[in-house]
Amino acid sequence: MSLQEQWVAFLTILTKEIRRFLRIWPQTLLPPAITMALYFVIFGNLIGSRVGEVGGFDYMQYIVPGLIMMSVIQNSYGNVVSSFFGTKFQHSIEEMLVSPMSSLVILSGFVAGGVARGLAVGAIVTCLALFFTDLRPEHLWLTLLVVLLTSVLFSLAGFINAIFANSFDDISIIPTFVLTPLTYLGGVFYSLDQLSEFWRGVSLLNPVVYMVNTFRYGILGVSDVNVWISLGAIVTITAGMFCFCLWLLQRGVGIRH
Amino acid sequence: MTALSIRHLSKTYASGVQALRDISLDVEKGEFFALLGPNGAGKSTTIGIVSSLVNATQGEVTVFGHSLERERGLAKKLIGVVPQEFNFNQFEKVGDIVVTQAGFYGIPRARALQQAEKYLRKLGLWEKRNSQARQLSGGMKRRLMIARALVHEPELLILDEPTAGVDIELRRSMWDFLTELNGQGKTIILTTHYLEEAESLCRRIAIIDHGTIVENTDMKSLLEKLQVETFILDLAQPVSAAPVLNGFEVRLRDPRTLEVAVPKSEALNSVFQQLAAHDISVMSMRNKANRLEELFLRLVERNLPGEASA
Repeated sequence: MSLQEQWVAFLTILTKEIRRFLRIWPQTLLPPAITMALYFVIFGNLIGSRVGEVGGFDYMQYIVPGLIMMSVIQNSYGNVVSSFFGTKFQHSIEEMLVSPMSSLVILSGFVAGGVARGLAVGAIVTCLALFFTDLRPEHLWLTLLVVLLTSVLFSLAGFINAIFANSFDDISIIPTFVLTPLTYLGGVFYSLDQLSEFWRGVSLLNPVVYMVNTFRYGILGVSDVNVWISLGAIVTITAGMFCFCLWLLQRGVGIRH
Repeated sequence: MTALSIRHLSKTYASGVQALRDISLDVEKGEFFALLGPNGAGKSTTIGIVSSLVNATQGEVTVFGHSLERERGLAKKLIGVVPQEFNFNQFEKVGDIVVTQAGFYGIPRARALQQAEKYLRKLGLWEKRNSQARQLSGGMKRRLMIARALVHEPELLILDEPTAGVDIELRRSMWDFLTELNGQGKTIILTTHYLEEAESLCRRIAIIDHGTIVENTDMKSLLEKLQVETFILDLAQPVSAAPVLNGFEVRLRDPRTLEVAVPKSEALNSVFQQLAAHDISVMSMRNKANRLEELFLRLVERNLPGEASA
């Protein structure tokens, strides 16, 4: 396939993915908006007013970047895992496998779809947050870069989950028992400085901590971790996962006999 | 020119099942080729490997001279596949399924829309283009898969049981459509359980059984191999026992019906003469099975594990 044909194929998958999550918007766009609005009301307004300041900001301001990142992570992951597994389950993956599209195009298309949903939900949550607090990013480009990279990383994670999944249970186990605890314990609602030395050390093993804090640094200018080391780690892990996904696709793991 | 060349192809699944054992096969450009075999013989595995859905354990496949291993993109562009099972998103619209497939082949949207319209109209699905695929009947879904396989104008069309579960009228119209496509120069390979379908459509045929090719020849030569043909005779008057006819094996199916096996070396006239001598009149006559079916059963029976080891 020529480069132009590969580009058309990539756009075809991306458009199909966007059309899919827009078509089922009550399942994809609405729930995170409602959940996050509840977080803003309950944790930000009702409980937050009693918590006081964290890291020099009101509690509401402090948790907003983490909540935006949480919705981006969950939706990027959720989009790819459900879409790719659905494609496998219905055997419509065969439509792609018989075509001359390269594994790179297939992977990029699904990841771009995950990023599109992650960013769309992130944008919705950001707009909702503006009703509760003021948001003026301190480092706009860093903010955009880290949200994009995180979205790519979790789209890839969703892809790996879908590749190995054999049933619908398999695609809900990781989000429920791994992704949700990692996100909730990833410094979304608190600063690592509030933890004891031991739990701070344990928290630093959680990759979500680095993403949330780098994003928070982009918006508020404060972070519990070194943002440049975080950024380097995110880029490295993302590149590693991309190569791993490509290898899985080329070998046909989970999709070819 | 060879449209499809398969060389020393073997496949052993992870379960240990050896689906293909060193098969080689050539299909020439413009041919209408049938790949026949009983269930589990290896037909779908062969098609799966050619269409890149199954990884071969060993062997090489080339499509119009392009290796499926080394020039995968070029080879795949030339193939259109109609699988046995429905493999599209049932919730997508008919038109979207076909246009999206064109996109997977790098065809820009404007041209993809034209191509989709062309084949949806030809296959009588244009009126259904905005319906969800799950709302289509079984026959329509099969036609949708044919339209989808043709949207990028492949040179080689592979159909795995294309008329399974399709009513007779629709089956005939699909035969006409496939014949028309073949007339336009497209090479067609089909697997089918309807041997009548293979006999009336295909000029060449391969029979696969237990993962090996047991016959690979043109239809005429194959049918000439049929040594015995069985006829059903409907009698004017009932008989109590099967008459003894010299040179023929006769079986009484019921008092008014005889089954007569006629060797190729014997004239059919002799049957009637001998029956007349027994004072038996025949009202009508028909083949027990079509000729290809009879030959197929003999070839496949010959390869049954029990018989092979006997």
